[in-house]
This record gives sequence, structure tokens and C-alpha cells, in this order.
Amino acid sequence: MIEISHVDKWYGTAFQALKDCTTSVAKGEVVVVCGPSGSGKSTLIKCVNALEPFQKGTITVDGISVGDPRTNLPKLRSRVGMVFQHFELFPHLRIIDNLCLAQEKVLGRSHAEAMAKGSKLLDRVGLKDHAQKYPAQLSGGQQQRVAIARALAMDPIAMLFDEPTSALDPEMISEVLDVMIDLARDGMTMMVVTHEMGFARKVANRVIFMDQGEIVEDAQKEEFFNKPRSERAQKFLSKILSH
Amino acid sequence: MLANFDFDVIRRSLGYLFFDGMTFTLMLTGLATVGGIIWGTLIAMMRLSGVWGLPRIAQLYVDLMRSLPLVLVIFWFYFLVPYIGQWLTGASRPVRVGAFESSLLTFTLFEAAYYAEIMRAGIQSISRGQPAAASALGLTYWQTMRYVVLPQAFRNMLPVLLTQTIVLFQDTSLVYVLSITDFLGAASKVAQRDGRLVEMYLFAALVYFVISSIASFGVRRLQARIAIVR
Repeated sequence: MIEISHVDKWYGTAFQALKDCTTSVAKGEVVVVCGPSGSGKSTLIKCVNALEPFQKGTITVDGISVGDPRTNLPKLRSRVGMVFQHFELFPHLRIIDNLCLAQEKVLGRSHAEAMAKGSKLLDRVGLKDHAQKYPAQLSGGQQQRVAIARALAMDPIAMLFDEPTSALDPEMISEVLDVMIDLARDGMTMMVVTHEMGFARKVANRVIFMDQGEIVEDAQKEEFFNKPRSERAQKFLSKILSH
Repeated sequence: MLANFDFDVIRRSLGYLFFDGMTFTLMLTGLATVGGIIWGTLIAMMRLSGVWGLPRIAQLYVDLMRSLPLVLVIFWFYFLVPYIGQWLTGASRPVRVGAFESSLLTFTLFEAAYYAEIMRAGIQSISRGQPAAASALGLTYWQTMRYVVLPQAFRNMLPVLLTQTIVLFQDTSLVYVLSITDFLGAASKVAQRDGRLVEMYLFAALVYFVISSIASFGVRRLQARIAIVR
């Protein structure tokens, strides 16, 4: 589904954010990307739907090359859902309109169709009663669930999560993770940048560990948690799991 | 001293002052505001775009307009627009352009430079995550601007935009140099005809003061309301 092959990315000329990154996400697979901050994991996931440009290598999504200048990027992006660390709901629109906007303007659905789909998804994330509110009236956890519903409204072939729980108060993390776990068990193809190792243990198929712009470890979940090959991954795990 | 004044001249000319003069002033203010904000927003978008050359051109435009006296620009356009029209349409002689059309064009283009700076600040006040989220949903650049960025930028900047419009309302009085009957022009004509300069100019000042004050008060109320909503 997502093929990342020998991707290099520089910020300016001095700082290389990604170094020769190669990996893939198969259809229906859940891949968790972890690593210390500044390791390039967010940058990598943003390259997948071309929110960040990259200079070398190729990324294809469902057979379509992301870096190709002839690719219709808006169309490609509309098929890949993305959830951001800071939710990024549109504050001037009601919750239901947040869900309808792209359905109508990008997919060309009628307002009635978009509303029906939006209501159904709000119900799925347990926020049906909040449809008429504005984002600022919801808690962080609720906003992030709306953001997930907004992405799902586009009927994506894959979902990208960029640290979806990092900006949340601890008591709200599980409500968001529950929605994500539910989604994973439904067979959604997911690439998730997160530090939530509990989530990784529960639903991930593979875990990718990044450090300093490199993919240091790319392993099946059991292998990654039980006996990580690299020293850097071992250190990272011991720090993150020790408490 | 007041005994020598004849304030009845105001009462007698009210119809002319307001139906002819103020209507023109308000119409010019309204249309130039709409045109100026639209053109100004486009300039702001040019200035913030990554397209080679566009930011420079936009900046040049803004700098040029802001460094010229408005009266000069009004004069210039009045004399130049007929020739530009001739050049554009390929007519054999300068195109006749009415004083209203000429002044509307002038104010739209001039004020756009100021509105552009306001809208630029407004667009920059939106966090980068917003356009990123819109793009991620598949919206194009224009859709992102139209549905996500500009509505927020416009709302954030509404008080400043309206304050600029109050300035524009006062500035429209400069069309007197084209002998146009705006509110001040009307007052001025009556004043000269009846030899009642002090009365008429006092009254004109009072009217501008009252309208601008009420508008400013309205803007402050609006600002307080927006602050609560956010």
C-alpha cells in the first residue's frame, strides 16, 4: 500500500532530516513508528502524503508516486487520511461542518450525503451529541476523535497518525487510543507515529524505530519488544518502558 | 459673534447635502472597501506565495501606493485612466471615464495596499497546521484559502479592516479636487454660493465626527465580542 524507498530529505543544505529511509506498509497492516524526538519520524510520515517534500528516493501510495510532479497531489491526499498532533480542526466551522467540508468540496458529495456520513462517523467516535458545537467547546480528546472522524469521512485507503496523543492530557489519551484500536481491528491500513507502546503491543504488526533520521530497526512487534537488535532501540525501550 | 451666523443655511441644504453628497460618499466608501479588500487579499496572497517573483511584485505595489500622497494618486488616475483605457481597448482617442468611476478605481487600488498589509497579518496569524490539515484532506490551494484560511484571517482582522474603512470614509473627501459632489463637496458648494463658509464647514466637520465616532464605537464593541468568542 505504502512503499518508501531510499528517501533522503534535507532542510536547507546543512541538516539532513531523513537518511536513506526504506520501509513499507502492506494493506491492512498497522505499523508504529517510534523514536526519540527529532529522529525524523514525523517528517517521514508527512512525506507520505507530500506535506513535506523530499529530495531523493521514491514513495508510492497505492501505486502512485508521491514525488512525481505530475501526480495530482490533492487527489492522492484525499485518499489518505491524516491525524495531527494538535488536531487542527477548523475553529470557524461547527463539528459537523468540519466533517462535511472536504466530502463536499473534494469528493463532490451532496450536502445530505455528507451529513449522513458525518453523523454516522460522529456516532462511531461517540460524539453524536456535539455535532452542532464548535471545536473550542470540546476537550482535547474529543477534538482528536472528531479529527479522526473527519479523516474517515473521506473513506481513506490508509490512515496516517502523527503523534495523535502527544498533546493530550493523560486522562484523555485512552479515549483516542480506543478509537484507533477499534479502527485497526477493522482492518484499516495505519502508519502511526507514537510513543504509546501499549498501543503498539496491542494492535501493531510491525514497529519501526528511528534515530537521527535513520530507520534503525524495522521488525515484527514481538521481535522488537522481546529482543531488539540495535543498541539504540534497546536503550530507547528501556527508557520508555521503565516507568 | 454667533449672531452673525445663519445656521438656517444647513436646514435649507440638508436634502442636497445628504441625498446628493452623503449618498455619493457612502457609495464610494462601500464599493472601494469591497474592491479594496478583494484586491488587497489577492495582493496579500501574492506576497505570501512561493511563486517566483510574485512576492516582489506585490511588495513593490504596496510600497509604491503607500509612499504616494493620496491626492496625487487621485489626480493621476483622473488624467491617466482615459489614456490607459485607450491603450487597453485600442480606441483612437482617450476613453471617457466618469469622475465616479475614476475615483472608485483610485480608492480601490490605493486602499488595497493598506488592506493587503492587514490581510497579510491575518493570514500569518493562522497556524501552519490549518492549511496542512486542509491539504491533507485533499483541498486545493484555492479551496484551502477560500474555506479555511481566509475566513479565519478575515474574522481575526475584522476590527482592523473596519478601522481602515473609517479612514477611507474620511479620505473620500479628497475627491473634492475633481470637483465631485461628495458630502464635503456639497457642503463646500453651498458654502461658497451662500457665503456661509464657517457654518457649512463646521457642520461638515460635525457630521464626519459623529459618523466616524459611532463607527469606531461599533468596532470596539465588535472587538470585545470577537475576543470572547475566541
